[in-house]
Amino acid sequence: MSVTLYVPRDAVALGLGANRVAKAIAAGAERRGLAVEIVRTGSRGMLWLEPMVEVATPDGRIAYGPVTPGDVEALLDAGLAEGGAHPLRLGRPEEMPYFARQHRLTFQRCGVVDPVSVLDYREHGGYRGLEAALKLDAEGIVAQVRESGLRGRGGAGFPAGIKWNTVMLAKSEQKYVVCNADEGDSGTFADRMMMEGDPFNLIEGMTIAAIATGATRGYIYLRSEYPQAFATLKEAIANAEKAGFLGADVMGSGKAFHLEVRLGAGAYICGEETSLLESLEGKRGIVRAKPPIPALKGFLGQPTLVNNVMTFTAVPYILEHGAKSYADYGMGRSLGTLAIQLAGNIKHGGLIEYAFGITLREIIEDFGGGTQSGRPVRAVQVGGPLGAYFPDHLLDTPLDYEAMAANKGLVGHGGIVVFDDTVDMAKQARFAFEFCAVESCGKCTPCRIGATRGVETMDKVIAGTDTKRNLSIIADLCDVMTDGSLCAMGGLTPMPVMSAITHFPEDFERGGQMSVAAE
Amino acid sequence: MVPQEPWSATRAAGIIAEHTHLEGATLPILHALQETFGYVDEGAVPLIADALNLSRAEVHGCITFYHDFRRHPAGRHQVKLCRAEACQAMGSDALHAEILGRLGVDWHGTTSDGRVTVEPVYCLGLCANGPGALVDDLPVARLTADGLESALTEVAS
Repeated sequence: MSVTLYVPRDAVALGLGANRVAKAIAAGAERRGLAVEIVRTGSRGMLWLEPMVEVATPDGRIAYGPVTPGDVEALLDAGLAEGGAHPLRLGRPEEMPYFARQHRLTFQRCGVVDPVSVLDYREHGGYRGLEAALKLDAEGIVAQVRESGLRGRGGAGFPAGIKWNTVMLAKSEQKYVVCNADEGDSGTFADRMMMEGDPFNLIEGMTIAAIATGATRGYIYLRSEYPQAFATLKEAIANAEKAGFLGADVMGSGKAFHLEVRLGAGAYICGEETSLLESLEGKRGIVRAKPPIPALKGFLGQPTLVNNVMTFTAVPYILEHGAKSYADYGMGRSLGTLAIQLAGNIKHGGLIEYAFGITLREIIEDFGGGTQSGRPVRAVQVGGPLGAYFPDHLLDTPLDYEAMAANKGLVGHGGIVVFDDTVDMAKQARFAFEFCAVESCGKCTPCRIGATRGVETMDKVIAGTDTKRNLSIIADLCDVMTDGSLCAMGGLTPMPVMSAITHFPEDFERGGQMSVAAE
Repeated sequence: MVPQEPWSATRAAGIIAEHTHLEGATLPILHALQETFGYVDEGAVPLIADALNLSRAEVHGCITFYHDFRRHPAGRHQVKLCRAEACQAMGSDALHAEILGRLGVDWHGTTSDGRVTVEPVYCLGLCANGPGALVDDLPVARLTADGLESALTEVAS
């Protein structure tokens, strides 16, 4: 009988040699006359253990990691195929504390299933959300999403149910569902992991959205930096079409939904929904003024539902288990779970799906185990390049939209980037302006010009030239950018800048002692 | 990496024709041209403009807006190094200086033997295992200067 082994093909696992590990296992097994089937999965999200190899045994799956190609021979000798003892043996992944503590609703199948097998998806509970949705009318589906409390996971946190309702009520011959998969924030990889590990969950969520809103066409706008996700999505979409879950007659419902994945071309701004729509239409990714909102006039001027990957992928669970089951997680007005991505200088980085309300400290210390370098944590940036830098005394802030905002920060897409005490916060503040200058679409003046002036002025601060006066110019510039920018790019760049100045003033007063960021 | 063909207007016109039925065909066309030829030749601009009923200025504007599209051929392998915050927290700035020094190029530069072009990117989603890089389509996590050389050898074979 053949033994089933699971080797991830998630980008992180590949980046740490997973393909070579899979080859070594296949070759080693062949030499031993051992029949093995290697299934390439996504990642469970314990990323410091990648490549994490699993083997199916009568006692469930047993994990080993991190496995290098050089470990494979010894592992096979130790009885990898039967879950044998070895220093790299981790036991059952579901029982590992990092994993067991989580609330895996959206990521329940990621790292478990073959990402491109419809059959595997079905066997693990896939498409039950769509089945439930097809028994409801459009209003009924939208009501479930509204009552679940689901808010847009891309960063803005807008209530999904309201957006869905607006598109549902819009009158048009052609409506669209568009997935924002332009996950450009540093420190975020939940979308990538989902698309590489459980793409049918996204396809199912978008299909439910299409049926609720009356859209018959959909696009996934994916950033070009994710070639693995692109290949996996294309294969998954083709397989879903073959199996009748996409196309002219979705699950025999008589309803059509055609889905296509499109590649961006390296522009951070295209993660802003109106800029994304311009890009999808084949134009420069220039931000549109709102109104009209995309829900009424979106792609090609038609009503368009634009949601993030994490918003769509929360939906199948909600429809399968009911709005209340999802809303039971979380706190205040932040309901459900958040895919927290723990990154940067961290010992145990990875994907942590958890109910809203967990504090930053619990994540960084309990899950993360402190910094990778072993030095003290000094600053933590939450919510991507437009998110605030928090010092130690703010780490007891719960991850909750309102609590983060009250501390002049944001949840964003749930990315947490940890820095140790070697970080130079003046350099980080300068980088925030520099990034904005590189990625600004150029439409509005505060962002286009402000970012460049910000870099220049921060250089003066770093050089120790008239520090006090230049810092007050930066504060003034940040006010203008916050109030006068057309979108979040210019509007939120002041958040990392001002939080760095506010919480780490000592780094801005050492004029001339620090080097200007390397170019 | 797929071996690239020399620029051919006829071949380009064929590629463009395969995509004109798409809604918002410009980016898919530009990606397909770049995949085939390694860059988007100036000669493609009027072809795309004609096929999609756009002005040449609109097509030119689109090509120049996006960081991905190259207007000149690149090296045989493309290395994208992540410069964003999570990788900075793992010392990417110093590492990049070392890598650029070893290769003898600056950002966007191509080595004198035409082997490697280095581009900056802002996030590859390898943020828990930084510094990250993409060598052609192969991700590299926990990047080191030696690790980059091994990855280049791996994609070349």
